[in-house]
Amino acid sequence: MENVIFDRIKKDISENDVVLYMKGNAAFPQCGFSSLAVQVLSQLGVQFKDINVLEEAEMRQGIKDFTDWPTIPQLYVKGEFVGGSDIIREMYEAGELQQLLADKGVQAA
Amino acid sequence: MSLAEQIKQKLEAALEPEFLELINESDLHKGHAGHDGSGESHYRLKVVSHEFSGCGRIERQRMVHKILGQEIKELIHALSIEAVAPEEFCTL
Repeated sequence: MENVIFDRIKKDISENDVVLYMKGNAAFPQCGFSSLAVQVLSQLGVQFKDINVLEEAEMRQGIKDFTDWPTIPQLYVKGEFVGGSDIIREMYEAGELQQLLADKGVQAA
Repeated sequence: MSLAEQIKQKLEAALEPEFLELINESDLHKGHAGHDGSGESHYRLKVVSHEFSGCGRIERQRMVHKILGQEIKELIHALSIEAVAPEEFCTL
């Protein structure tokens, strides 16, 4: 089971420049921390794939195990884990998230 | 001992922090799914420690979670972490 979930995560983060594992979806986040992550990415005009972990118990636990990170949301850019909501906010406020996206060649919409 | 005291004690022992503040924000989340009525569901942590020097953001948060351990993580719904090294503190 774990391998199936891990394979899906690997596929999603390799096929999409920016992936946000979150509670709810981009249009309707179901947690304040996920909502903050969506707001930051939207503010930056970044297109991202939203994956709602509440839809599947296996994914909710699987992404935590895959990243070795205990909380949701989780942001991946170009296949690399960037952080959870605290790190997203800190990096955004410091201008580092914008820099990271530019360095990785992610175009703002 | 309250949950907040347990959290502080563990962090103080492991990080020898120069500054540690744990703010209980549970009341801000009344009515939200994670608000379990315990009054100890949502916390915000600010901690300054030399242990964070030279560590990236991801590593710092992993350190805090590892120190708190599984039993505490299961009791808290949400913990915001601001983990700062002493040399960065003056720039905050």
